Amino acid sequence: MSFLELDHVGKQFGPNTVVDDFSLAVGKGEFVSFLGPSGCGKTTTLQMIAGFLDPSRGAIRLEGRDLTTVQPAKRGLGIVFQSYALFPHMTAAENVAFGLEMRRVPRAERAERVRGALGMVGLAGYEERYPRRMSGGQQQRVALARALVIKPSVLLLDEPLSNLDAKLREEMQIELRQIQRNLGTTTILVTHDQNEAMSLSDRIVVMSQGRVEQIGTPQETYERPASAFVSQFLGKTNDFAATIDKTCAPARLVAGSWSAVAPVGLAGPVTVSIRPERISFGDAGLAAKIVTRIFQGNHWLFQCESECGPAIVIRQNDGKPQPVEGEAVRLAWRPEDMSLRGVGAAA
Amino acid sequence: MSAAIDTTPASPAPTADTRDARAPWALTAPALMLFVGVLVIPLAMTVMLSFHDWGQYKGIEPVFILKNWREVLTDSYFLEMFGRTFRIALYVTVLTALFGAPEAYILNRMKSPWRGIFLLVILGPLLISVVARTLGWALLFGGNSGLVNKALTSLGLISAPLPFMFTETGMVVALAHVLMPYMVLAVWAALQRLDPQIENAAVALGAGPFTVLRRIVLPQVMPGILSGAIIVFALAASAFATPAIIGGRRLKVAATLAYDEFLNTLNWPLGAAVAVLLLVALVLIVVGASRLVERRYAQVFG
Repeated sequence: MSFLELDHVGKQFGPNTVVDDFSLAVGKGEFVSFLGPSGCGKTTTLQMIAGFLDPSRGAIRLEGRDLTTVQPAKRGLGIVFQSYALFPHMTAAENVAFGLEMRRVPRAERAERVRGALGMVGLAGYEERYPRRMSGGQQQRVALARALVIKPSVLLLDEPLSNLDAKLREEMQIELRQIQRNLGTTTILVTHDQNEAMSLSDRIVVMSQGRVEQIGTPQETYERPASAFVSQFLGKTNDFAATIDKTCAPARLVAGSWSAVAPVGLAGPVTVSIRPERISFGDAGLAAKIVTRIFQGNHWLFQCESECGPAIVIRQNDGKPQPVEGEAVRLAWRPEDMSLRGVGAAA
Repeated sequence: MSAAIDTTPASPAPTADTRDARAPWALTAPALMLFVGVLVIPLAMTVMLSFHDWGQYKGIEPVFILKNWREVLTDSYFLEMFGRTFRIALYVTVLTALFGAPEAYILNRMKSPWRGIFLLVILGPLLISVVARTLGWALLFGGNSGLVNKALTSLGLISAPLPFMFTETGMVVALAHVLMPYMVLAVWAALQRLDPQIENAAVALGAGPFTVLRRIVLPQVMPGILSGAIIVFALAASAFATPAIIGGRRLKVAATLAYDEFLNTLNWPLGAAVAVLLLVALVLIVVGASRLVERRYAQVFG
């Protein structure tokens, strides 16, 4: 039995369906991300789990017991908010101690656990600081310590890193993952940052316009996107219109001057989707011309104009000479690196 | 030649600098002159006046004596007046805080159309003259003919009319009503700065609604309540119209006392001493209170 279960959950605000038929089973200790652009319903779903919003349909169960009838104060979940929502009139230690006070933990044990929690997030010695006197990253850590000190059954993170600068965000991602692994706390992260979702999660729920587009491991969602939205949202991708040429045997999949043996049972026009880093420059393949080439340190980014429309190619900077702007090239890729969608695609 | 080139760009610079330095003074001069003309000079003259002598038949004598100040500071009559003034101001402040802070909180939690309507209801009275608002209380409670007194007597709930006119209670109630919007506004401003997620965070950590109010919301709006309290206290202690209508000549406060000395007894120097003492006492209290508040909250909200 799954630990946290969302069973056909839906949320309606007047005529607007904000979350539609959301079903998910989270295992104990799992790290799941809700990923999607703003307004996709990911935060609304999180708020329903937290209890700040009531679902219009469906049920949310924690260890088999219905959560929707439980007051948010009694759910025992740890939440880190985007704005951190620290109590500004309390010191770091008082902030962390608040949840323990509400649970009537004896004073001595409380002090011990507060010290432990602040130490865990690397803030030992900051007990008496007020939030106003701390940096964004430090406030973030206090918020995390405050959520974790009550030993929550589920940790909910609402865009916790979006207010940090890029370098700090990366550090916090690594640290967050380590802390989560050590404690084994079941965690749900809401984010619009695909890199964050991919580097932190065991599984990603990709959402768009209130619907679940795909649920899978980071690799699955990246390599085998279930929809055009997922492939566009998770990293860059190239979509080429292709046709099936049945005049030869076996039938061939054709996109411009590129072709390969078509998978069995495929008929009609399809969309071929290939990640830019899986395309190589070869002697045969889709004819294209390099429009711009951008050096990005460890890799080159090429923007090309191909027979099938614009294409982007990423090549490792391996020291070998690369094509220059204006040069005519052939784009090639292995059939197993592409995914097919569209009319007649055998899903 | 080279010397000329060197000096020419340097020479206009000082004049530009001096012009820049004078610009702020020039620009503020009109306002400054108005301020000096209508506030500083009359105030200085009032202070001067408080040291002059006065007699029933000789009028004001421009001499420097401490008679008025000695009288104001030692006579138990004046002591009683000032005691009453600050006692009323204190009660009014407490009353507006007790009612105004919850009022602002409820207002802040209201949904869109109602919030605007009730904000208008609360602030609307500011558009009506203080005299009109105070006379309203007088109409409701004034003696036997007051509307509320009449109703309560005919219902048999009270045998004699509730004492309201010429009582300190009446003054406190009427002043609290008149000054309530200032407290509501101050607390409302503090509530606007609150992050609504902070309340959610407290709830998620297991706090009940009452604990959230007491431990999370109240401490955060405390600076707002205190700044509202300073405004209300200052306005209540220096109020004139409401004490004049409710208290009349029988129950005087510092402001009505100064007025009486000026216009009825015609003892301007004594009236001036009362007015200056009220001003000095108020300034000391207000400055002291805001210093305390600032020091208390500098670390938390600075």
